[in-house]
Amino acid sequence: MESQLDLIEQSFDFRYSLWVREALDGLPDSFTITDPCISGHPIVFASTEFLKMSGYSRHEVIGRNGSMFQGVKTNRRSVMEIREAIREERSIQVNILNYRKDGTPFWMLFHLSPVFSKEDGKVIHFVGVQVPILRKLQRSGTDLARNNGVRISEDGSGLHENMFACCRREVYSDSVAELDRVLALDSVLSDDKVDESCKAGDIEKRKAVTAMNTILSVLTHYSELTGRLVCGKRCCVPVTSPLGASLNISLGRIKQSFVLTDPHLSDMPIVYASDAFVQLTGYSRNEVLGWNCRFLSGQDTDSSTQFQIKESIRMEQPCTVCILNYRKDKSSFWNYLHISPVRNASGKIAYFVGVQIDASGKNQDEKCPGPHTRHLSAVGAVKVAVRVSSMGASTSR
Amino acid sequence: MLRIKRVPTVVSNYQKEDGEEGSRQSTGGCGRNCLNKCCLPGSKLPLYAFKKETKVVDGNEMAAEEMKQQDPPVAFLESLVLGEWEDRMQKGLFRYDVTACQTKVIPGNHGFIAQLNEGRHLKKRPTEFRVDKVLQPFDGSKFNFTKVGQEEVIFQFEASEDGEIQFFPNAPVDAANSPSVVAINVSPIEYGHVLLIPRVLECLPQRIDHESLLLALHMAAEAGSPFFRLGYNSLGAFATINHLHFQAYYLAVPFPIEKTSTRNITTLTGGVEISQLLDYPVRGLVFEGSSLENLSAAVADACICLQINNIPYNVLISDSGRRIFLLPQCYAEKQALGEVSSELLDTQVNPAVWEISGHMVLKRKEDYEGASEENAWRLLAEVSLSEERFQEVKEIIFEAITCVVDESVVKTRSSDEDQDVEGRSHEEAGNLAIVPGKPECLVQN
Repeated sequence: MESQLDLIEQSFDFRYSLWVREALDGLPDSFTITDPCISGHPIVFASTEFLKMSGYSRHEVIGRNGSMFQGVKTNRRSVMEIREAIREERSIQVNILNYRKDGTPFWMLFHLSPVFSKEDGKVIHFVGVQVPILRKLQRSGTDLARNNGVRISEDGSGLHENMFACCRREVYSDSVAELDRVLALDSVLSDDKVDESCKAGDIEKRKAVTAMNTILSVLTHYSELTGRLVCGKRCCVPVTSPLGASLNISLGRIKQSFVLTDPHLSDMPIVYASDAFVQLTGYSRNEVLGWNCRFLSGQDTDSSTQFQIKESIRMEQPCTVCILNYRKDKSSFWNYLHISPVRNASGKIAYFVGVQIDASGKNQDEKCPGPHTRHLSAVGAVKVAVRVSSMGASTSR
Repeated sequence: MLRIKRVPTVVSNYQKEDGEEGSRQSTGGCGRNCLNKCCLPGSKLPLYAFKKETKVVDGNEMAAEEMKQQDPPVAFLESLVLGEWEDRMQKGLFRYDVTACQTKVIPGNHGFIAQLNEGRHLKKRPTEFRVDKVLQPFDGSKFNFTKVGQEEVIFQFEASEDGEIQFFPNAPVDAANSPSVVAINVSPIEYGHVLLIPRVLECLPQRIDHESLLLALHMAAEAGSPFFRLGYNSLGAFATINHLHFQAYYLAVPFPIEKTSTRNITTLTGGVEISQLLDYPVRGLVFEGSSLENLSAAVADACICLQINNIPYNVLISDSGRRIFLLPQCYAEKQALGEVSSELLDTQVNPAVWEISGHMVLKRKEDYEGASEENAWRLLAEVSLSEERFQEVKEIIFEAITCVVDESVVKTRSSDEDQDVEGRSHEEAGNLAIVPGKPECLVQN
């Protein structure tokens, strides 16, 4: 967990310098920034207004996935729309019911936008702006009345609480007047329930867009300080990294140590390394990306094992070996290694996956699947992720 | 009697041997290491025991729950399914490598998914299927899952006794305990394609009951991935084996049916919301909200009602068991009556639950290459009930559900009301209990 918090800090400061936080905190808007390249797609920044609105403290939110704010009544279709927008690396506006820390739900307009690296067109972050929705009271009154007219008239205060919990902006706009309107609605009993969800109007939509533009311009500005420029629109097709944000996110969910290598590039370099791999070997991600896996081998590595690996790759067959490897600090470990080809949507081999298990470590708990199954479950998860990463039409690559 | 001819799907390597000729009845150590009495004694299979208690959590509790375990046992079931499936793949138990099958998202508004699968229907002669009876008795002489080899079974799946997730790599198969098992489908239509066979040894016919549907929902919830969905085809809606089973596989894209807009029709007393699909070629209902148990019960009631009324249907369990699509259909009936165009029949696409959900498995290269939203739409439009018939069916369902639900209300009432206090939005007025006002909400801003 600690190493992930480090990653999160790096994710941010590396790109925008230390001073960006202050600038972002000065904005009046409620928003979060997430990093799709870190496993679990965690929140790496949450604005002051966001924390105020959600009731969480900063450390309760950083490192967690945005789904923590969803609850039983959150519309699942909206959740799916967001997931899909992330996968397709595009922006989206969607009405969604979220929950505060105290469990009270509130409707908001969620506006999500990717932030691209200017250099290679990769998605670096996602910004999510939350605008509370100003709700048309008439509708909610009707719904409540329709479903349970009896209870409504029993105790007006409960009704108000429920409405205002969701649509608080109306409360501060003119709470007394609104209150009267709600009371008047108590008698409304109607069967036409048009649409239960709270929909954002033009005001919210505009507000979200304005906030997003401001945030993006702050990020752009501060990225100039580090020379690692970002932009809100993809300025070039990503070439250096073959993996999109969506594939990165799906691969990031896999907790085991593994790398993907690209057989179509010269010398079959690593194009993805998992967090657990970084932990196991002691190398940072930047140190291994672009290199062939053989840097893990050393003086006492059995060359016949290396040959066996080479052969199975040539034959496009899976293989399992136990090979002596070396960490960055030169210490050696027995790597129980499984290698398997991975196909993309056109059915062609796109990558090879190598899954490492430290065989010199203690025996695993008997209640867990054995190393064989753990190898293969990582392979399976990688295959599922890669299989759709090039399905076309809706993907951005 | 209505019948159609179709190529049956080979779901097990042991299916080929009996098929049309009727099964080779074998007793006393048949030598296949199957799931029957002959081979079962002394057998061991991995056992996954899931957490049964499914308290309804609102945003708050959920967050607190997650906080406790910084590193939750991430997708434990998922890694088991994937690992065991990959193992069977490397052992060569499948009829083809499904990851070598081309797949694509068809351009258009809905994002239908097409797959070219030329290997699935090969090596089998068309067989006649009776399609006018949704409920048919189990026939032990036909292929059923007690005949599959144990190597095709990847684990036993049951509720944990102590309420915690448990895994036993080598658990004895207790025939008296009627284990539910998960087996591979040797003709997969996507990675991880498996079959969930509730209480396999009880030889239940293809017919949904409360207990089995709840088991399927538990599997979806336990897998915890929105891309691992379960599906069910009734007889007459393209189930080929009359032995109770659900299917499931991984496909990491949203299905068109999941994206389509819906119109809320009603909220049941237990909190289950029912909506109707809009702007989709197949008319159907969506069930969501409330607890796993309430949701399962409502859908099971609806399914049972359709079964009793002899209406073929398909079920999609989506979003980790949170959303369930119920789709009555009439394609097979039309086909038997000769009302489906030869153009559609020539594609040999069987519109079962996956096709209806928007994942089109195509058998001919020309269909794959020419796949368009229009074509997918045209096929699915044939599957759907007419508007008039759908309204009738809907009424039959609602009548059945509301009667049954009313009875169960008595039992679940108190716990439901507790939940209302916190996790309610204004939209959800189903059985909204008004709670004393919380003034801080009014003044917060």
